[in-house]
This record gives sequence, C-alpha cells and structure tokens, in this order.
Amino acid sequence: METVLEIKGLKKSYGKKAALDIGNLEFKGGKIIGLLGPNGSGKTTFIKLVSGLLTPTLGEIKVGGMLVGADTKSIVSYLPDANYLFDWMKTKDVIAFFKDFYKDFDEGLALSMLSNLGIDLKQSLKSMSKGTKEKVQLILVMSRRAKLYLLDEPIGGVDPAARDYILKTIISNYNEEAVVVIATHLIGDVENILDDFIFIDEGKVVLAGSVDEVREEKGKSIDNLFREVFKC
Amino acid sequence: MSWDIKDDRPVYAQLVEIIGQMIIKNIFPPDSKLPSVRDLAALAEVNPNTMQKALVELESEGLISSVRTTGKYVTDNVELIKGYKRKIAVRELGRFINKMKDLDFTMEEIKDLVDKEVNNGNSFRN
Repeated sequence: METVLEIKGLKKSYGKKAALDIGNLEFKGGKIIGLLGPNGSGKTTFIKLVSGLLTPTLGEIKVGGMLVGADTKSIVSYLPDANYLFDWMKTKDVIAFFKDFYKDFDEGLALSMLSNLGIDLKQSLKSMSKGTKEKVQLILVMSRRAKLYLLDEPIGGVDPAARDYILKTIISNYNEEAVVVIATHLIGDVENILDDFIFIDEGKVVLAGSVDEVREEKGKSIDNLFREVFKC
Repeated sequence: MSWDIKDDRPVYAQLVEIIGQMIIKNIFPPDSKLPSVRDLAALAEVNPNTMQKALVELESEGLISSVRTTGKYVTDNVELIKGYKRKIAVRELGRFINKMKDLDFTMEEIKDLVDKEVNNGNSFRN
C-alpha cells in the first residue's frame, strides 16, 4: 500500500506556546488509526492541520504525496467536531452541496444510507435530534471516495445504538486504499475497529503501536493501557 | 451466539473462536457462502484487517476456503467440522480441569461432581 499521510517535523505554536510538536509520522493506506488523548491534548489541532484549516509553524504535511492545501481538499474527507452544516438546510440541500463541492461524492450511496435510516430528504436539519444529525453528517463524509478520512469525535455524545450505527457505517464504507483517522477520548468504544493507535498528550506523541500487539504482549485493552498512561 | 469481544486477548484470536463456534452450531452451515470480510467486520464491529486475519487462520484450519472471485465458503467436509468441535471441547475441558485443580479437587472428585451435576439436569448456565 502506498503512503497516504506523511508528516515531517510538525510543530504548531501559538506565540511561545507549543500546541503540537509531533515530529514524524507515516501512514499507509488501508488502515484505521485512533488518535487518542485526553481533552485538550491536541487531537483537534492535529486534525485541523492535516485538513488544511490551520497552517504548521514548522514542518510539512503531505496527503497522497501533495502538500496540504487546495489540492488535498479534494481527497480528504473531514468530519469536524462541531456541527458544520447550516441548520436551515434540508437534507436534499446538503446532498446538493456535497455534490457541488466534491467530485468523489457518491450520491447514490448517501441516498441509500439515508433512506435506510428513514430520513426524509425534505426534513430540515434543525428539526433533527443530535444523534440523527451526527448520523447524517457521518453519512455525507463517508459517502466520499476519499484517500484520507479525518473523523473528529464521531461518536461524541450519541447513545449506544447510534454509536453502533456510526461504527458500522465507518467500517462498511471507507475506501479500501484510504487511511481513516478517528480522534476521540472514548477509547473503549472505538478500539476494536482500529489497526493502530497513537496516544497524544500536551501536543506530543506519548505512545503508538498496533492494537492487537498490545493485547498480545500485555494482555490488556488499549482502554486499560490509556488509563495507566494517563493516570491522574 | 454473539460477537462479544473481551478486553484481555487479541481481537483476531477471539474472532477465530466465535466464527469457529458459529460454524459448529450451523449458523454458518457446511458449504455455505460467508458474508464478505467487510460485512463480517461490520457485524462484529471490528477492524476489517483484523477480521481478514481471523479468516486466514480459519482457512489454515481448513474450516473455510476461498473460491477465487466469488468469496469464502465454509468447508463441505462435515467430518472436519466434527473434529474441530472435538478439539475445542478438549481444550475447554482442559481449562475446566485446571480450574478445578486450583480449587484442590482430585480427578476422582471432579468426575463425581460432574456426574452429580449432569444427573441433576443442570444446564451450567449462569
């Protein structure tokens, strides 16, 4: 598999304060990576740098061999932490919006997932529950045939049934050659769908590895390992 | 039968056991086509590469086989499935006996106890 995401000497500071300092990382296609850390550890900063919403203070980030910028937007599918859709929009407006913006958007796939959930295309987003809105946003993001999926807290604040739906939707729909990065602090909920994990804290990589290797060598889950590493 | 993944062991090893049991219990009958790796991964809510690893292991046990382009099938060899069932049973029995020995039972006492419980009609479910 080719390298999808390559990070070299990456540093982001605000004034004198370093928000992120993670050196070099490389991810090959076909993997689901967990970016795990406590609140305020730099997960969202990392995601925003890779998506191109923030610019690095030092170092470089390449997606599919290209420096992050206008060109990489077309191959990166990003699910932000906050609501990114306008509340006045109806589901069909959002579909049209994605179709306009992204050449790799598979409208048929999105429509079939929405209809499986029984979502009416004329329904406006503001009339949806939080869980439903999260599902709709995820469906849109996963309906792109992207090279890199960046999912920032995809299961934050949803009930267990919605969580199951979201995990199944990620597993069933990501492009096989793509990298999926899931940033979350809800480790127990996502660890079974991960290939590899990265623990970050205060903007630095604390520990990284393969989920099954940790279980094999230490006989414990990533969730338990996390609790040990980040013991308060 | 459920996809209940525990914390303390590699996920793929648990998947091998779960799918093996599903084959033994005829949930996936002999010579039937298995769902795709993706679909199985989604059912179990696990990583597709991990599911693939589990299927490779089951393939090396002979329980499933890949038919090029059409997918993976459960073996049509019923004797092989029976043999696998026995192998699992012996392994579980070994675990049980070791636990009982840890509780200071002798082999005779274990046999007695098992006999009595079976005669009582206990189903051994908690």
